[in-house]
Amino acid sequence: MKLPGISPLISKTSLFTLLLLVVAQFATQAQAPAAAAPAAAPAAAAPAAAAAPAGAGDPVAGKALFNANCAACHKLDAKMTGPALRGVAERLDKEFLYKWIKNSSEVIKSGDAYALKIFNEYNKSVMTAFPQLTNADIDNILAYTSQPIEAPAATVAGAVPGGPVAEDGSTNAIILGALILVLAILIFMLVKVNSVLTQIAKNNGTLPEPKAAGTPIWKAYAKNQFLVLVTAIFLLLSSAYFVYGYLMQIGVDQDYAPIQPIHYSHKIHAGDNGIDCKYCHSSARVSKHAGIPSLNVCMNCHKNIAEFVGDKDSTYTEYSKEFYTAEIQKLYDAVGWDKTNQKYTGKTKPVKWVRIHNLPDFAYFNHSQHVTVAGIECQKCHGPVETYEIQKQFAPLTMGWCINCHRETEVKMEGNAYYDKVHKELSKKYGVTKLTAAQMGGLECGKCHY
Amino acid sequence: MSSNKKYWKSVEELNENSSIVDALRSNEFVEEIPTDSFLGNADKLNATGTSRRDFLKFVGFSTAAATLAACEGPVHKSIPYVVQPESVIPGVADYYATTVFDGYDFANVLVKTRDGRPIKIENNKTAGATFSANARVHASILGLYDNYRIKQPTIKGKTADFDKVSNAISKALADAKSAGKQVVLLTPTIASPTTFKLIAEFIAANPTAKHVMYDAVSSSAALDAYQQAFGTRGLVDYDLSKADVVVGIGADFLGDWQGGGYDKGYASKRVPKNGKMSKHFQFEANMTLSGASADKRVPMSNYQQIQALLTVYGVVTGTGVSGNVDAKYKDAVSKAAQQLKAAGSKGVLLCGIDDKNAQLLALAINAALTSEAYTTAGTRLVRQGSNAAIAQVLQEMNAGNVGVLITSHVNPVYSLPKSYGFEAAMKKVPTSVFIGLRSDETAVASSIVIGSNHYLESWGDYSLLKGSYALAQPTIRPLFSANKQFEDVLLALTGRKNLSYYDYLKANFPVVSGGLSWGKVLHDGVSGTYAIGQSTGVAVGDAVTALSAAKSEGPYELNLYSKVGMGDGQHANNPWLQEFPDPITRVSWDNYVTVSKADADKLGLVNVNVANGGLNGSYVNLTVGSAKLEKVPVIIQPGQAPGTIGLSFGYGKKEGLKEEMQIGSNAFVLYQNFKSSLPVSISKADGEHEFACVQLHKTLMGRGDIVKETTLEIFRTEDASKWNVAPMVSLDHSPVKAVEVDLWDSFDRSTGHHFNLSIDLNACTGCGACVIACHAENNVPVVGKSEVRRSRDMHWLRIDRYYSSETTFEGDNEKKENFDGLTGDKGSLGGFLELESASENPQVAFQPVMCQHCNHAPCETVCPVAATSHSRQGQNHMAYNRCVGTRYCANNCPYKVRRFNWFLYNNNDEFDFHMNDDLGKMVLNPDVNVRSRGVMEKCSMCIQMTQATILEAKRSGREVRADEFETACSAACSSGAMKFGDVNNKDSEVASFLKDERMYHLLEHVGTKPNVMYHVKVRNV
Repeated sequence: MKLPGISPLISKTSLFTLLLLVVAQFATQAQAPAAAAPAAAPAAAAPAAAAAPAGAGDPVAGKALFNANCAACHKLDAKMTGPALRGVAERLDKEFLYKWIKNSSEVIKSGDAYALKIFNEYNKSVMTAFPQLTNADIDNILAYTSQPIEAPAATVAGAVPGGPVAEDGSTNAIILGALILVLAILIFMLVKVNSVLTQIAKNNGTLPEPKAAGTPIWKAYAKNQFLVLVTAIFLLLSSAYFVYGYLMQIGVDQDYAPIQPIHYSHKIHAGDNGIDCKYCHSSARVSKHAGIPSLNVCMNCHKNIAEFVGDKDSTYTEYSKEFYTAEIQKLYDAVGWDKTNQKYTGKTKPVKWVRIHNLPDFAYFNHSQHVTVAGIECQKCHGPVETYEIQKQFAPLTMGWCINCHRETEVKMEGNAYYDKVHKELSKKYGVTKLTAAQMGGLECGKCHY
Repeated sequence: MSSNKKYWKSVEELNENSSIVDALRSNEFVEEIPTDSFLGNADKLNATGTSRRDFLKFVGFSTAAATLAACEGPVHKSIPYVVQPESVIPGVADYYATTVFDGYDFANVLVKTRDGRPIKIENNKTAGATFSANARVHASILGLYDNYRIKQPTIKGKTADFDKVSNAISKALADAKSAGKQVVLLTPTIASPTTFKLIAEFIAANPTAKHVMYDAVSSSAALDAYQQAFGTRGLVDYDLSKADVVVGIGADFLGDWQGGGYDKGYASKRVPKNGKMSKHFQFEANMTLSGASADKRVPMSNYQQIQALLTVYGVVTGTGVSGNVDAKYKDAVSKAAQQLKAAGSKGVLLCGIDDKNAQLLALAINAALTSEAYTTAGTRLVRQGSNAAIAQVLQEMNAGNVGVLITSHVNPVYSLPKSYGFEAAMKKVPTSVFIGLRSDETAVASSIVIGSNHYLESWGDYSLLKGSYALAQPTIRPLFSANKQFEDVLLALTGRKNLSYYDYLKANFPVVSGGLSWGKVLHDGVSGTYAIGQSTGVAVGDAVTALSAAKSEGPYELNLYSKVGMGDGQHANNPWLQEFPDPITRVSWDNYVTVSKADADKLGLVNVNVANGGLNGSYVNLTVGSAKLEKVPVIIQPGQAPGTIGLSFGYGKKEGLKEEMQIGSNAFVLYQNFKSSLPVSISKADGEHEFACVQLHKTLMGRGDIVKETTLEIFRTEDASKWNVAPMVSLDHSPVKAVEVDLWDSFDRSTGHHFNLSIDLNACTGCGACVIACHAENNVPVVGKSEVRRSRDMHWLRIDRYYSSETTFEGDNEKKENFDGLTGDKGSLGGFLELESASENPQVAFQPVMCQHCNHAPCETVCPVAATSHSRQGQNHMAYNRCVGTRYCANNCPYKVRRFNWFLYNNNDEFDFHMNDDLGKMVLNPDVNVRSRGVMEKCSMCIQMTQATILEAKRSGREVRADEFETACSAACSSGAMKFGDVNNKDSEVASFLKDERMYHLLEHVGTKPNVMYHVKVRNV
């Protein structure tokens, strides 16, 4: 249960403080990007020199081909299963590349020294042969790999948004300043008007006589026992209301979002990349626990994804690319993956995640019952996880919340032979075609408490 | 007018000059109260700066601080695997088939593991898995998580790593070799072909070495007899499912006789089918499980048993041999002998007399009968120890001829009589190596100690029956990485430090298994084949004459036995087994001398119930030859043969176990010459012993609706309404059946599942496997001796044992029915008193009682907070978190099955059992709550298991199969007495049991309509 009525109270009293804070915020934000921009600038200059004349190929078609065929094992600027490929056309002979790409093991067999060197360097893993690629295709790919690094453009682009933001801040400040000024003028004018009117009244002699001192209002109030009683009852009742509200939220950790040892973004994984929940939380299908995926599951993808290259969507401005890449590095440290040598070191350091959903021990909950049998979407209890940058507890996880769902949810019975007989008998008994979990006995104490 | 009278309180006041009066006028007391003397050091108090106000401030601050701190919720960490093993899914149980053999108990089991830790032992039901788990095997899982296990090898008390230890042993072996001294490998019986091979290799490497097998509780007589008759050192694995007449002479085959494990076959013949069931005669001294189940039990001394055996031998073989049976037993013995002979191949004789000649005669009798139970049975290899070999070893040790003694999983310092002087002899051995689980008496006396792996951490193979093959596999990584299993030590000592026993075993597998598939045997745990049959030619030689020379020695005869809970004492540090009440005496946390009522009167020994409900008993001193055992408590045991007393092994251990478990008296002290039957003298000792006995009412006092029973004759010929009488109540002044009267509307239970548990009193042998299985499945706490004594035991499932006060229960009922008036011959006043005490040789009935899951439950109606409520599936639910502990429910339960948590039994030093240490807690079942202080608990009919079964079916999109539902107790019951299932499924076994004419409900007249049903006990008298 939420705390009733307290938050509006608080917000009212602290409105002014907030207003001040907002003003301060704009001022600091205006400073930050300006400082960041110069730092990034020197990095931009260097790679531009690497730009080489592209061959006959079409880099756009090459990019598509590269992503379809090569990207599983190669990156442009970093080692993966295979070497980094930027500028490979400049390093090596084109004929050699044609041969190598079409059938690398042939080249190795022929005893080519360079081929052998590469083969041994990369753990003797044979590169898949691509006989289907024509020389033109390969030219296209090489044209793509010979493109200069785009990084500087990105950095420059990064600096640009800083400008408007700064301007924006100052505009706001100006508007605010003007408003305050207007307000001040208004107050000044009111005071002025008042004093002028009083002066006029005085001059006209119509100034009212000061009243004789009667009983002060608080004394009159204190004397009226009925009013005191009513107030006391009102105060008692309202404080009881708040105390009850406070007590009822003890142990309810809705919106609990602890800081995790690795900043894991469900938004990037489940949202942007559309990874199915049960790809990682596979035991939710068969076990009572949804399970936190073991690190080897992470490495299924992250063996190849060593850095964050997400869309330059404004939603990520909160965290920088470097930040995300550093978080991936934390995973590597935990699982013991040596990124540069593409090897497991064997030194592991299990991740101590902070558990968010904590059911009390006396409540039995089984994921497989809900996920596999009932076919309930994970989001029903866990909220729009695919939009969560930081995972939090969506549902209150109180018994009332469970029970309510059991009352409302119709049991998915179609195609499950277990329910055939029960469904026939129960639907006859209750005279309904759809049965809720409650009608199936889902409200009995012992179904969850044993 | 008011009076000016002066009232005075004492004469002193009249004396105006008294100083006391003066003092009292201003002070309450004449003298100053000597507060300083009880406040302690006054100077120190004055010196401290803490004033009373400061104290209050501290109290206030700490209360506030604690309150504030309590507002913060705890942070839980979740740590996933780095690389998750493919077979492990967190939250899903895995089962591994393995084989248990610890030198005493053996079984083919499945081990349930959750998240990588074994949590329960189940019976392996694959074809070929012959041996079911008994109570001790079920409890052995707790031995894995025993904090008293050895965690590090030591040399002379100093910890060392294994390399250092094995080097030290190798050096000692080399020394022994060069000095020409012997190396003795002392182990319990090993029935493992691969271990035998390894030992042979060890002996080949150390030519002066020899391997001696030592059974703490010896079966040497039977082994010698079998060896003489058939050449193999083994025992007959009788198949009692083929016997219509069973004659037991001193053989507790439902207990531990020759390894035990005969329940399944025996029980299958005890349930009357088509008006037929087996007939069982039992001649024995102590009251045993077998005697309790017998149709005709004759209590007699060991001497008389020998005479009975001779008589039976004479009758069966027609040789005219006749024993000198006492007149009062003659009838019974000759009747048994004749029925056995008449049964022919359908009869079997089981003999437990600790004498080679007697064992030979037993083989000869079965051979002469061509008993199918004997001729078609396999050969057990689970006992191979030899008394003579042990004596030889002792002699060599004392003579200083032994250079290295390696003991593995045996504890001779404890289990050999003190007069043998094993400990002193060990001092004469330069290097003594101990390999075992706990730092027991032998470990303390050894110079090198190596912690062994538990069987759940070890590899192994077994040939429990001749020709059979079974594998044992680890179910968890060794908890203590410094420990080694015996075989790994041997590999290291034969110079193969880098070879693991697993590799050795696997390499040897094709040789010993005879072409079986490793994967299949590992999966099943066993291969189904074994060698069948004993030959019928048994030469008895001069056994008859030798036996006839036996003399009755006095004044009393001591019969040593092993208790169902404790066996040979290996599990003495197991709180489940310590708290397990003995099925016969119902005493937990103790061993004791059992004496007959007549002898107790003669010796002035008493058992009394004291005010708090506890049982107290006298002490006695026992003397066997020169061996003395002092202050052994006494239980007066109905059915104990007069002139005999009983005492169980396994207690009185002092090393390697918790203080709470160091209880009882060590019967091994009296175990002279490995004779279980010995002349003893008894004298009463001072004092009274406090027992923790869970059942004080020994008899039913004629309440025939608790245990219903009848005879086979009546069962066969009469209508069920005669012997399974439905209780009647009065409605509108006319009698109606109790089941037809109802105060409440009934639930509609026709839809979905409706669980029922069926308990057949005919098949139940009281073995107690269900009690321990329930303990393990449901996280039932152990409460300790003093709490059990206060009737606060927590067992969800108890096995009530009832004696009859007349010769039969029927006799009790008749007697009660015929009461007439208060006094006189048939007076109820004296009559009830008589009914209270069990007769000299009573009939015994076992009745497992757990929550009856009443459809009209009295507990539910009185709960003020609706913590206990009913389900449509027939289970009576208990929501612990809702319970406020009024205990109304327990008071209103007619079956007394509810258990109250008087204390917090976990994480509490006052209850320092397995739930108080991190290791012991690993055995807890994560699917069941651990209850806290102040809540009521009871049998849930294993709702976690039924729910899991339902979920399994739902997930696979199928209906639940007919007999798929199980509870922990029904799954553990190897005799088939307990069956569980869904009565709404017409194909299920319980649905048919519900219609059985033997079916009745406990206290049916109360109208509770239980979901647990019992079946009338039928005796073949």
